[in-house]
Amino acid sequence: MEWYWLAEYAPRFAEGLWLTLQLLGLSIFFGMALAIPIGLVQVTGPWPLAWAARAFCTVIRGTPLLIQLWLIYYGLGSLFPFIPGIRDTMIWPLLREAFPYAVFAFSLSVAGYEGEVMRGAFRGVPRGELEAARAMGMSPFTVLRRIWLPRALQNVFPTLAGEFILTLKATPLAATITVFEVYGVGTIVRQETYRIYEPLLFVAAIYLCLTFVLVIAFRLMERRMPRRTA
Amino acid sequence: MGLFRTIQIAVGAYALGLLIGLFGALGKLHGGPVLRWGLEIYTTVIRAIPELVLILLLYYAGTDLLNVLRESLGMERTDINGLWAGIYVIGLVQGAYSTEVFRGAFQAVPHGQVEAGRAMGLRPFTVLRRITLPIMLPYALPGLSNLWLITTKDTALLAVVGFSELALETKQAAGATREYFMFYMVAGALYLALTLVSTLGFTLLERRLRRGQPVQT
Repeated sequence: MEWYWLAEYAPRFAEGLWLTLQLLGLSIFFGMALAIPIGLVQVTGPWPLAWAARAFCTVIRGTPLLIQLWLIYYGLGSLFPFIPGIRDTMIWPLLREAFPYAVFAFSLSVAGYEGEVMRGAFRGVPRGELEAARAMGMSPFTVLRRIWLPRALQNVFPTLAGEFILTLKATPLAATITVFEVYGVGTIVRQETYRIYEPLLFVAAIYLCLTFVLVIAFRLMERRMPRRTA
Repeated sequence: MGLFRTIQIAVGAYALGLLIGLFGALGKLHGGPVLRWGLEIYTTVIRAIPELVLILLLYYAGTDLLNVLRESLGMERTDINGLWAGIYVIGLVQGAYSTEVFRGAFQAVPHGQVEAGRAMGLRPFTVLRRITLPIMLPYALPGLSNLWLITTKDTALLAVVGFSELALETKQAAGATREYFMFYMVAGALYLALTLVSTLGFTLLERRLRRGQPVQT
């Protein structure tokens, strides 16, 4: 075991860690923003929407994330240049980077899995509470914002926390499309120093710490949530 | 061809995972303190590290270990056959997850059933085979079917260590023909078909295993 390379590459690992966290945060944010409507339309939406949401969840959950990522980066990425005039638009610099594709792919994945979780969550809220809210004269949107969504999120929070940790463990896949997050930096070190185990072990240790920090953070958040005591 | 190898690895790794899981769960529930601690570390560490990192680590460590072993026995160094390497690596990872699934299912078996079996004079192994396993399986099945779906999708990660299964063959074909979009769509459809068929199979299996259980309404 030799660790002489660690000091040299430490700044790059820090950058990689920051990139991993960005990737995770953005994917969860956009993914949940999509997952909530996807779960909701499956419970109350008109059937075409409900059907489309179901199909989306099935497809996302039925295919490997790696394939989705490659489809979006190599597949979509190879189609964009054919759109005339796209090189002059504002979004072109974004489309040439790999990071947005990774965020997009991971967000879709989070939306697919969590859409399914949210479906169960919305369905699990007792009808009586929703009827009570409606009887109080709340508009449908207010019912959703003040009663339905908070109750649903509260019920499935432990499940969601587990899913977000799975998302963290999926982020190294981004390294295969040249996003150099922690794992990607690890592969660079391996190529440049010809050491096989040490960089991998170091990366594994970083993920171990990240997972524990997240688990503890989620547990603290869970404890702060109001629980029914009666 | 790629799909066939994917299925081969998935089945092999799943079987290995189940085997590890079964004994892991038994060890966690009935083993001594050393065994319990070892298994606890195994499941915690494996489940906290990304599969991709684990696959690389286990792949290199496994090859090295095997070669050291072979050299000490006076044999030549070899490369592990890709198929077996894939099965072993993913099987070890799956083992940690299925240990937890089985542990939960074992704990769901009413204690009286086991005691009744013992009172009938059955040997511990017979109790396991004829009482605990059949009662526990329906509880474990939902978790196990999830694990199977994860296993099939995890095989795609082997593409990263250069093992040619469905994902890597797709990448090569796509790169050669420049038809990226089309090839990835087809690969996605193949994986989807695989998972849909398996889901159907597990639904039927669960219906069969649950026969004789009170119907939940």
